[in-house]
Amino acid sequence: MAYLELNNIYKSYGQGDHATEVLSNINLTIEEGEFVAIVGFTGSGKTTLVNLINGLIEPTSGEVLFKGQPVVGTSHERGVIFQNYSLLPWLTVGQNIFMAVKEAFPKKSKVELNEIVKDYVEMVSLSHAINKRPNELSGGMRQRVAVARALAMKPEMIIMDEPLGALDALTRGNLQDEILNIWGKDKRTALLITNDVDEGIYMADRIIPLKPGPKATLGPEFKIDIERPRDKTEMNDNQNFKDTRNAIIEYLMEIGNSRKSESQGVYELPELEPKSFVGRFK
Amino acid sequence: MKQSITLEKVTKFMGFGFLTTLKDLFTGKLEKEDFKNFLRKVIVPLASILLFIGLWQLGSQSLYNREANFKIQTALTDQGPEAAEAMRKCIASGDVSCQPNTLPSPGQVWDSYKSLLRDHNIIRADKAAFIEKTAALNAKRIAAGKAAITYTGRPSFIDQIIMSLKTVFAGFLLALVIAIPIGILIGLSPTLKSAFNWFIQIFKPVSPVVWYLLVFMIVKTILIDSTDDSSFIISFISVGLCSMWATLVNTAMGVASVDKDYINVAKVLKLGPIQKVFKVILPSSLPLIFTGLKITLSVAWMVLIAIELLAQSPGLGLFVWEEFQNGANDSNSKIIVAMFVIGIIGFLLDRLMLTIQNWVSFDKSNGI
Repeated sequence: MAYLELNNIYKSYGQGDHATEVLSNINLTIEEGEFVAIVGFTGSGKTTLVNLINGLIEPTSGEVLFKGQPVVGTSHERGVIFQNYSLLPWLTVGQNIFMAVKEAFPKKSKVELNEIVKDYVEMVSLSHAINKRPNELSGGMRQRVAVARALAMKPEMIIMDEPLGALDALTRGNLQDEILNIWGKDKRTALLITNDVDEGIYMADRIIPLKPGPKATLGPEFKIDIERPRDKTEMNDNQNFKDTRNAIIEYLMEIGNSRKSESQGVYELPELEPKSFVGRFK
Repeated sequence: MKQSITLEKVTKFMGFGFLTTLKDLFTGKLEKEDFKNFLRKVIVPLASILLFIGLWQLGSQSLYNREANFKIQTALTDQGPEAAEAMRKCIASGDVSCQPNTLPSPGQVWDSYKSLLRDHNIIRADKAAFIEKTAALNAKRIAAGKAAITYTGRPSFIDQIIMSLKTVFAGFLLALVIAIPIGILIGLSPTLKSAFNWFIQIFKPVSPVVWYLLVFMIVKTILIDSTDDSSFIISFISVGLCSMWATLVNTAMGVASVDKDYINVAKVLKLGPIQKVFKVILPSSLPLIFTGLKITLSVAWMVLIAIELLAQSPGLGLFVWEEFQNGANDSNSKIIVAMFVIGIIGFLLDRLMLTIQNWVSFDKSNGI
């Protein structure tokens, strides 16, 4: 039985003629312990797809099955890392994580909970900043807090919605490694949504492109057969990496082009000759 | 990670940034590039204060002359030249019986201020003496189960300021207790919002005088059996009802416009409804709630004077009204003293709220 299953998902916003069809005919199966990446253009409905899986919204038709059970509402079993960190600015780093941990383990004592908070803050190497507020941290640090918050709840599956999208290239690389490290430790199932093909290839076992909306749907999957732990610098020379990367980019470009050409009606232009002004203003 | 608290930080925090500039001037720490800043923050306000007092002096002088001339002229036409001459001499001699009654000069106002303080000290001494005198008697009366004799003399100016502050804070607390919970409910539920909206829109612009009359009608009937003076109750309830609208509207707006990201966090963490309100929605709407509370407090202070005047409840409003009715020689300057006291206390209350707002809200940059 698949761990996470999406069957014929269709999602539209609004009613009747005004309905915007965001996703249609989405079918996806993720096995336990797998790291799957979904790549797509901005605005192609990636966030809608993520919110369907984590239970923030419901599909118009079709079903989302998590461990064989239909997803109704959010659950602590599926941890979410949001694109824009979504830390509560009036709480410190420690308090932000504590709030999540307290909800996830209501029976534990305060001392135990604080212990968990400390461990996870240390894991994302932010111990020095545990009493700081989010607005005193850099973007990379904030996202690390968000990662710690999601993981501290010990979810069975981690859903990441463009978690590194807003970061600079160097911080992004570091955080990719950190997330992989953490994932590698207990091999939780992970779903990564990204617009960066390289990131997808570097991190995931499988990459699935999302054909852009309206009526976005998933394209053919690409398996990444590169052994872990992967090395960024070596990977650039890896033939397998190059081939996969080219194939995915080619595929995405093709969709992009076909989308463009679809909308390109042929306009009849009037036949005009430029007037000659030569000699007129003498 | 404790940050050191310096005088500079505290005064900035409370909105008194100019104080540190003054301190720097006296300790000689003022840098050359700060001089422009110093000029703008200290010299310019001082100059404008002096200009204001100067204009006031000139204005009151010309009003005084106009009033004096009119008096002499009236005496001349009514009673003849001798009476006019006597009047002119009387005015020039500074005799209180014939002084022109008009806008007082800054000097007169200052004198009245000092006389009010003297008056306060006299009354305080009088009160202390009274309490001392009746202490033994009161002890007996209480032992016998009778009510103690209390001082019933005239309240001093300072007593009236304190009474006014009590009324305003009671009204403010009432506004807070009514407006914040209702604001939260309205903000959370669009249904409640449409149920209450007409109510808010219609009652928000109602004048303090009408609120007072409404409260008077109701409280008078409720306390029909009581022999106590209900003017304080009526005035603080009126103040509260007049001033609560800003808080109500701001709270509802703040609660309704919480960032969707925070709501998503609350959902993903599976916070219960109460947790969600107290841990996510309220903290995130605190800045707006406090903006509302700040407006509420300043409105409360503003309408207080009118309401005290109507309710005959002791306080600055009643003081102003009594001085006006009194028509004594220094009544006008006492009214102006009260005006400045009202203005300065209003300003201090505003700063107090700003300080609390900065203290509790997470975004330290949006306090103005």
